[in-house]
Amino acid sequence: MLAFREALIASKRAPLLSALGVLTIAFSLFAFGLFSLVALNIKHSLQQVEERVEIRGFVTDGTPIEPIAAAMKDISAFPEVAKVDFVSQEQALARARKELSEFKDVFEEDVLPGSIEVHLRAGLRNPGTVRDVANRVGRYDFVDDVRYGEEWVDKLYRLRNIATVAGTGLGLAFALVAIIIIGATIRMAVLHRAKEISIMKYVGATDGFIRLPFLIDGLMRGVVGGLLALLLIWFANRTINRYFLQTIFFDRKTIAIGIVSGALIGVIGSMYAVGRHLRRI
Amino acid sequence: MIRLHHVAKEYPRTGVALSHLTFQIKKGEFVFLTGPSGSGKSTLLKLLLMEEKPTEGEVWVSGVSAKKARRRDISHLRRRLGVIFQDFRLLEDRTAEANVRFSLEVTGAPKSAFAQKVNRALTQVGLASKGTSYPRELSGGEQQRVAIARALVNDPFVILADEPTGNLDERATRGVFQLLKDINASGTAVVMATHDLDLVRNSNYRVIELNHGRVVYDSAETPPPGTGMTPPGGLPGSLLFPASDKPAGTN
Repeated sequence: MLAFREALIASKRAPLLSALGVLTIAFSLFAFGLFSLVALNIKHSLQQVEERVEIRGFVTDGTPIEPIAAAMKDISAFPEVAKVDFVSQEQALARARKELSEFKDVFEEDVLPGSIEVHLRAGLRNPGTVRDVANRVGRYDFVDDVRYGEEWVDKLYRLRNIATVAGTGLGLAFALVAIIIIGATIRMAVLHRAKEISIMKYVGATDGFIRLPFLIDGLMRGVVGGLLALLLIWFANRTINRYFLQTIFFDRKTIAIGIVSGALIGVIGSMYAVGRHLRRI
Repeated sequence: MIRLHHVAKEYPRTGVALSHLTFQIKKGEFVFLTGPSGSGKSTLLKLLLMEEKPTEGEVWVSGVSAKKARRRDISHLRRRLGVIFQDFRLLEDRTAEANVRFSLEVTGAPKSAFAQKVNRALTQVGLASKGTSYPRELSGGEQQRVAIARALVNDPFVILADEPTGNLDERATRGVFQLLKDINASGTAVVMATHDLDLVRNSNYRVIELNHGRVVYDSAETPPPGTGMTPPGGLPGSLLFPASDKPAGTN
């Protein structure tokens, strides 16, 4: 196809400019991608902490199992509740001895009460819901006390909100900078071929015909730049994983979205740059 | 074929470039556009190429109206126009053949006819043996011939030439001019902007002289001064026939 050939000729004719263009796209996307990876890991860590949000209702010693079972059935029917467990006195003791092994001799039988542990569904672990469910659990006669780390839940929730707002804001800023830099790179490529474009116009090429090789060029740059950025982020992630701390990487869907975004930025940037140029000649 | 009616062109920054232009160019005609630098020759060619729209009045080229034409209509019109420039405007990294073929490729013409058409155009300009040369390997005159071949390859009804001999020495100028005359003799109209007054005086073609954006002389309307039909003193504003007491054409 002629447009493909023209796009390749353009890259071959100015290899340095093309390479610089691809590298600029790659580094812009790398900066954005690295930020996204950090954001993803922060979100993941907060999620893990959040999963540990639980409401614990301590049960009076000697309560028969039937009312406890009935209460657990009620509680698990609450729409906010994901899971309800009963931890008997023996289980509580075993757990305490295991988690606090240095004090294992201190714990004696029957010193720890049995409890009902309630885990909430993801997305419903906000302070309001936690408090509400805790109150409802506390209404049972045989429940002595309810604990859910009130302050801790509040702080965690606030932290998550701040992280979301800051992450979205910074992410948008990074994306905007990437788009501006990529746009400038593509514009440089268009200006480099201004003479060719003007000759095309004079010999009767339509706007679409002139635009197509640039769109293909932009697409190729976007995809190659995106892949290069992905490779760089993967290396960065591997290094952090090996020497510093355990992190998670993007899943396949996110990777695909990233590359498609690179391609789209390339195509849209080219369309804009050529369109602007064509309107002036 | 080409018709201008009360055409004016004004630029926001530089002001009036052309005003009160009304004339026609017939099929197969050879017309010189002359006048000093800044007189509006290039602007007029831009209007004919529909690169610019007139601020006032109307330009028709082969039935296409500058006011009504959409971008696509303009592209299709340009495929039937041949255009050449003072600076040749060849693609430096393509051979002469590839430069000529470029003009066919953008029109979406059937590929099978490319080689034959390119060859014919290069033969017509006398460069059949230099098809594989790159522009830098050719002389100025030869480069302009490649540009002419590129303009000819789509069989245009008119060649619009903006100072085609401006960068050439005398010998190359004669060669290129002869080529344009031959093209005209085969039925293609030629509109050639030039300020080479000798070239204009020594030919019998129609001359439209511009000064300050106005037509000061059109040989189709007014016979040359000194022929008995116009005042012998020359024409005001004309470089070709300056208003002085010298006989016409001897300044």
